[in-house]
This record gives sequence, C-alpha cells and structure tokens, in this order.
Amino acid sequence: MNADHSATDRDPVYRMQDLTKTYRTEAVEVHALRGVTAELPAGEFVVLLGASGSGKSTLLNILGGLDTATSGKAWFNGRELTAKTERELTRYRRDHVGFVFQFYNLVPSLTARENVALVTEIAANPMTPEEALERVSLDHRMDHFPAELSGGEQQRVAIARAIAKRPEVLLCDEPTGALDSKTGVQVLQALDMINKELGTSTLVITHNAGIQAMAHRVVFLADGNISEIRENTERVDPSKIEW
Amino acid sequence: MRVLDLKLLRDLRRLWTQSLAISAVLAVGVMIMVMSNGAERSLRETRDTFYERNRFGDIFASASRAPDALATDILAIDGVARVDTRISTFAILDIADMTQPAMGQVLSLPSSGLPAMNIPTITRGRIPEPGQRDEVLVNQNFAQAHGFSIGDQFGVTLNGQKRMLTITGTALSPEFIYTIGPNSIMPDDRRFGILWMDEDVLGAAFNLTGAFNDVSVQLGRNADPDAVTDALDNLLKPYGGTGAFPRKDQISNAFLDGELKQLRVMAEVVPPVFLVISAFLVNMVLGRLIALEREQIGLLKALGYQRTEISWHYIKLALVIGCVGVGLGWTFGMLASRGMAQLYAEFFHFPYLVFVQYPSIYAISAGAGLMAAALGAVGAVRRVVGLSPAVAMAPPAPTRFRRGVLDRLILWLKPRQPTMMILRSIGRWPFRAALTTFGIATSASVMIAALFMFDAMDELLDVSFVQINRQDAVLQFAEARSDRVVQDVAHLPGVMAAEGVWSIPARLTHGHLSRRIGVEGRRPGDTLSRVIDTDSLDLVRPEHGIVLARRLADHLDVGVGDAIEVEFLTIPDSRHKLIVTGLAGQYFGLGAYMEVTTLARLLDRPVQVTHANLLIDPAREEALFNAIKGAPAVAGLTLLAQVRQSFTDTIAQNAGMTTTINSFLAALIAIGVVYNSARIQLSERARELASLRILGFTRGEVSYILLGELFLLTLAAIPLGLLIGRLLAGAMVASFDSDLYAIPLVVSRGTYMWAAGVVAAASVVSALIVRRRIDRMDLIAVMKTRE
Repeated sequence: MNADHSATDRDPVYRMQDLTKTYRTEAVEVHALRGVTAELPAGEFVVLLGASGSGKSTLLNILGGLDTATSGKAWFNGRELTAKTERELTRYRRDHVGFVFQFYNLVPSLTARENVALVTEIAANPMTPEEALERVSLDHRMDHFPAELSGGEQQRVAIARAIAKRPEVLLCDEPTGALDSKTGVQVLQALDMINKELGTSTLVITHNAGIQAMAHRVVFLADGNISEIRENTERVDPSKIEW
Repeated sequence: MRVLDLKLLRDLRRLWTQSLAISAVLAVGVMIMVMSNGAERSLRETRDTFYERNRFGDIFASASRAPDALATDILAIDGVARVDTRISTFAILDIADMTQPAMGQVLSLPSSGLPAMNIPTITRGRIPEPGQRDEVLVNQNFAQAHGFSIGDQFGVTLNGQKRMLTITGTALSPEFIYTIGPNSIMPDDRRFGILWMDEDVLGAAFNLTGAFNDVSVQLGRNADPDAVTDALDNLLKPYGGTGAFPRKDQISNAFLDGELKQLRVMAEVVPPVFLVISAFLVNMVLGRLIALEREQIGLLKALGYQRTEISWHYIKLALVIGCVGVGLGWTFGMLASRGMAQLYAEFFHFPYLVFVQYPSIYAISAGAGLMAAALGAVGAVRRVVGLSPAVAMAPPAPTRFRRGVLDRLILWLKPRQPTMMILRSIGRWPFRAALTTFGIATSASVMIAALFMFDAMDELLDVSFVQINRQDAVLQFAEARSDRVVQDVAHLPGVMAAEGVWSIPARLTHGHLSRRIGVEGRRPGDTLSRVIDTDSLDLVRPEHGIVLARRLADHLDVGVGDAIEVEFLTIPDSRHKLIVTGLAGQYFGLGAYMEVTTLARLLDRPVQVTHANLLIDPAREEALFNAIKGAPAVAGLTLLAQVRQSFTDTIAQNAGMTTTINSFLAALIAIGVVYNSARIQLSERARELASLRILGFTRGEVSYILLGELFLLTLAAIPLGLLIGRLLAGAMVASFDSDLYAIPLVVSRGTYMWAAGVVAAASVVSALIVRRRIDRMDLIAVMKTRE
C-alpha cells in the first residue's frame, strides 16, 4: 500500500493496516480484501466507490463491527476493532455507529417516532426522537407506520434512527440505491446536513458516481484494494446531483 | 424429473426439521386412530368369535331350586333356541399357599361332558370324569395365580362339607373374560376362582339332584328378548327366580363393553385434535415458505405457468409431509394395535386373539391425514397465487400496521419499543396468535385429561373405602339367614364388630325406565358400610321409603319425593310403590337402600341377612380365617384391604402407562406448535431482528422480541388449556359412566400445575432451540437481501 493514501492533517476516525478478508466456500476462496491500509479523517463525508465485488461492502462491514477481518488490523478512534469480541462489537455498534441500509430496514410494527425510540432507549446520550426526525424534516409524519411512508421518507426515518444516538460515525450502504433521483437527493441532503451540523464522520457506499461530487474525499476500490483516494477541493451541493 | 419436482425435493431437504415436526404430530393422530381402532376391532372380533364358538348365553337367570324338567318348558318359549341349566354356587376355598380363605364360583358340568352353552375352552388337561367327587376343572388365571399344575390339590367347603379337590385341567370361559368376584370391584385371581365340577357331585352336595339353580338361554333369529325375559321370569318365579337379565348386564361382558367403549372414544376423539393441529402447522410453515417465494411465484407466472400448476406444486409439498406422517402413523399404529390387543387379550383372558386390521381405517386415516395437510396448504397457497406476476415479483410492501383500540391500550401502557413490537405483532395477526395459543392450550388439555385420572382415583378410593365401606371384610352367606346369625358371626374369633345386610334382587321401574339391582336392607346407625351423601352420613332412616344411589336415580330419571315401583323378584307378587327419600353418593354399582324393618314389614316376613360386614382384629385374623374355612353357612369372604390393593395396583399400572404416553403427546404438541411458530417468526422477521442486532441490540434483547411473544402466548394458552382440559376430563368421565362404576370428576391443583409445567417446559425448550439460531444469524446478508 502506498503511504500517501493515509496522509492527512486531522486525527483519523478509522485506521486500517493490511486488512484482508477471505471467504471460503466449499470449492472456492474469494479474496474480498487484499491488504487494505488507509486512514480516514474524522468529520468528513467519504464516498466509497467501486464495482460490484470490489470489496467496498466488506470494508464497511468490518469498520461497522458486523464482520471480522481475516488478517490485518483496524482501529476506531485509536481503539483496535479487530481485537474486539463479539460482545464488544455489539457494544461498539450500540454506542458509536449509526447504520443506514439500502432497504431502510425499519421495523414495520413501529411508527417513525417509535423506530427512532428503539435506538434512543438503549443509547447513552441520545437526542429525542422528535429532534432526530426534525433534522430530517419528518416532524410532521412522526406517528406514521413505515407502510404509510414513501421510500424517501422511510430512508429519512432510517437516517433519523441512525443519528439519534449521536454516533461518531454514520455508515451508509447504498442509501439511495432503492430510490428515484428526486427522493434520493432529499436523502443525500439529509446526510450532508447531519455531517455539517453534527460533524458526524460519514461513510457512504454507492454505485452512483455522481454522488462523489458532494464528498470531502472519495475512496476508489477495485479488486479488494484501494486504487485511489481523491480529495475534492470543491464540493457540489446534493441538490445539483442527478442520476 | 420435472424441474418443479426437483425444486420440491430441495425445498423439503431445506425444511426437513419443520416438516418432520409436522409429520410427527400428524403421525400421532393417524397412529392413535389406527391403534385404537385396530385394538378395538380385534378385541371385539375376538370377543364375538369366543362368544359364538363357546355359545355364550343371551339371557341369564337364577333360581333357588328348579326341577330339571323345567328346561323343556324354557326351550318351548317362543324365540329360545338353546337352553342350558346347571348348578352355580359360591364356596370357600382353602389353599395351601395362603392363610386367608379364597372364594370360588362352582359350576356344574353335565355327565355328558361339556355344557351345551357357556362352554369352557380347555387350555390344559381334561374335564373331571363323571362321578369323580374330587376332581375339578379351574379357570386358567386362577391356576396361574397360584402356580397350580395338573394334579395339584386345594380344599373346598361345599355346603359345610370340606373336601380336597384335584385339578384335572384349566379352562377359559366366555362368562369370565373379566373374572370378578362378589363384593369386589377388580379381578383378583388369587382370591377368586371358577371351579367346574361334576353335576351329580354338586347335586348331591347341595341337595339339587334333578334340579338346577342357574339357566342360560340362547335366542333364535328375530326373537324378542323382552318377551323371552318375561316368559323366563314367569316360569322361574315359583322356584325362587331372581329375575332374568340380558347379556349386556352380565358382569364380565359389561366390563368388557366399558373397555371397548373407552377404546372407541379414544379412536374417535383424540385423532381429530392432532389432525387439526397438524393442519394448522402445515398452514403456518407453508404460508411462510410461499411468502418467501413470492418473487419466484411471480416469475413462474411470468414464464407462463398456470395458477393451478403453481398451486399444485405447493400442495404436493404438503402432501409429501402428509404422506410421511401417514406412513409413520400407519407403521406405529399397526405395531401398537397388535401390542395393545395382545395386552388386552391377556388382561381379559381370551384363549386366543383374532387380530383384524380393517383396510378401511387405513384408508380413512390416510384420507384424514392428507386432507389435514392439504387443507393447511390451500389457504396459504391461495394468498399468493392470486397476485399478478408484476406485483408478486416486486418486494412486498411493509406490513400494514394501524392504530386500533388495542393500540391505544398498548400506548397507554407505555412499554419500551421491543415490548411494543411484541404487542403490535400479536395485534396485527390476532388469528395466528389465537391459533398458536389454541395449539399450545391443546397440549395442556391433553395433559390434564391424562393426569386427572389419578385425582379421580384418589377421590374414588377415599369415598369408597374411607367414607362408605369401612368394613375390613364382607362375609357372604350361602343363602338368606335369620338376622340372629349376625350375633353368631360377632362371636367368631377376631371379629370386633358385625353388621348384617339383607340384599334382595329387585326390579326398579319408573315410567318406561327400569333397572334390575339388589335392594339392601340396612339398620340406621350402621357404621361399617354407610349410605352417605355430601351433607348426610346416614341416609337410611326408619321411613317408608327407599334411598337410591344418585346415578341409579339418574338412570331412572327420579329425584327425592318421586315414587318408583319396586318388584322384589324372589318373592311372588311383591310389587310396591315406594317414595325416594334420599340420594346417595357412590361410585361403584347402583345401590338401593331401605331401613331393614320397614323392608321386612313390606315383605311381610322376618328380617333376614344375606351378608355381614365385619371389623376384624388383625392379630386374630388367622383364627377367623380358620373358623370361616370350616363354616357350613359361609359362601365367601371378601377382604376389603385386598380389593383396595388390587384396585390401586391395576389403576396405577394402567394410569401410569396412559400418563406417560399422554405427557409425551402433550409435549410433542407443545414443541411442534411453539418450535414451528418460533421458526416461522424468525424467518419472517430475520431482517428486522438482524437490523436490531446491527443497531447494537444484544442477542438477549433480540431474542426477547421474538420469544417474548411466544412466552406471552404460552402464558395465555396455559389457563385456556387447563380449562379445556377440565372440560375434556368431564367428557371422559361422562363416557366412562356405566352401571358398574363411575369416575368422579376431580382435578387437583397438582395436576393443573404439572400440566402447566410440562407445557411451559416444552415452550422453553423450543425457544432455546430457536434462540441458537438467533445467535447464529448472519448480519451482513440481511443488509443486502430485500426479503
């Protein structure tokens, strides 16, 4: 790995050292990550770009404490993630990470407010569900069930749920993947706003190259490795992004 | 093989645990159907064959001394096809291996050899030679109980004369399939035996030469049994006839009938419960499977598969599960029915077993089993197959939850969100929750139905042997004696108290209802055997009336204050209208009681006694036994402690087995229902639960959401199950009710607790199995998969 990929002037929120991940099935070995080394600075909006199978989801899963690396190390705010037990990883997710999924993953039996409350009830220093929903401009639809919300609205509830615990990082896997461009933009605006106002480090996986324009930093993955990290000198407002 | 069938096999392989759980529940239903039916039919067939080959009588009657010539008159009665007269009496037996006297029913064998009716089947040896005074044929079970072989001897007191008899052979008789002695409630082969002896020997001993005191009649085709009974009664009345009775009142036959009835109840009531539950399980599992295959179904439709083809594909899956269940049920059912029939054949002393298997029951059980599976599938299939391909291929919209009355209630409770999810889930699928609850409840009720028998037996023993029959022994006189004999009995060694009872055969009639029973004359204040009720310990009062056992009153449809007609069968022209003055609680027999002096006045003769209740000093028991063995007037002695013991033993043995089987079945239902519910919930909510895990919920917290719902339903199911169990117990008690005995409906707290415990434990076990799956959930896959 090139040393210049990790060059940064801020403290890194994530640091990775020779991370590899190999999936073994009966017949084949898949090398999802082949020794990733990098640092991601805190407070940035980072977009991970890459083709299918490039390893971006695997990397996000390891950073989010959902998966473990085959070898190598990863640190979150200086603490080694790769040394944590399953129980400690649950704790880590509970206290520090907010997740946004492609398919929202809301609990259908709970209203928007209650879906957010699900997290605030177990978090240490959460905002109120109402405040979180206000931040994604859904304060008027708080008592609706997921089935009564549009796709974009459901994804914004998911974002509210993710940020309500005031996480240090927000990990988003294809957050706009299931949305059309108009509602997708609303979701991106919400993510951008959270990053600006709360300073939450945000990692977004996407297939959509257009989104890279709004990021502080774009990480390109190919074949299980980082092929390039590009810093945007000028960021485009989400409302100008189209696909 | 078509591709769809290949898919079917792969689906089955994937779902094999759940499929097997359903098949097992289904198999139990089929098994019980085949087993009970096979056992019942085999037993019925065996009995009928035995009855026919050995010419078991249709009508029976006794008299005190009727001339042999009367047989010709009896045969002349219209409808009578065959008559057999004989001498039948009771005798005290003195057997070397026991100090207590045993009792024998002695029957005469004609000099020509075997009797024309009620023919004993010789199992070993031969019948006594004509004129051989000291030879005897005994029933096989009596011989076995004492380890007798041919040539062994035992003593008997025949009309005061003691003699030693030599066993020439053993036999089984259609009259004594259930061999029960007088004053007893259970067979006791050590203390009660059947003795066949030469007619001339008995005639001489009992002064019955050229006479008989017992007659059996076989009816011809189209005979009117009632007319024959009346004619027989008329003929025998001058000779001390005690009233003819039909085969159904013959004691061995009546017990056997009761047993067959119970088997039939089991064959008819239990299997439907299991079939319904398996239909429900098939519906649950298949419903889930199909919901998961929504897109594939859409695809199949888009490719041009017909709705019927797709439906048939899934129904076939249910049918395969059904076939496995039916196959298992058949196999175990066939084995069990043979085993059970054999067990019964031994218990009831049949000389052989006619094991029949009706193809129809296999067809019916298979039909019912497959129908249950298919019906379970149809509902599930219909929900999805109707969708248009485009809709089916799109992911399902999130389940609609709405605010209803229930929801306001839930909100008012302000639960935490995981609890909210549990409550909303129940509220969203109330029917499914209700079915799950019902399924679990069924398992609790099966448990109660099995266990309450112990409580019932405790109650029965307490009432019968502590409250009612407090005597140590019943002394049976050979014939009715003056009541002065009670004084003599009281002076026998070891007797601490003696109370006489006068029992007279009578026919009680109310409207068109009538019963032939023995009316007992009792003295008020007798304490050894009491006529009691819940609020009275002595119902026999010096009144001009009759006290009836409550069940007898029910049979006659009378209550206190009603008049019934009582015809004393041994006394010519003795019909009386009597007022029912009390109802007695008792579980054995159908008793009727009168104050003895009132009875004597009514019959215009001095007070007599037919048997005496005794209180015995255990220290001097042996002296008493020796005295009785030589007493001419005594026909038998029944020791109540032994009756009680053999009753308890038999019950403990039978009930113990039933309880083990039913507990197993109950647990099987509970696990089948809870495990399947949990598995389905898990697959339906895997994404939801995995999302929560990703959000930082611990395994315990996530398990709570899934299993909390099941525990809540189990909690609701238990009281419901206990209630259903109680109703089931009531139905069983009603079905067991016969003239011979009734079972009290008593369910103790311990039984309720045990049933609740087994169900709760089964729930916990199922939950733990599913919990392991929650722990191993793949969190990453969940983020990517849509459904």
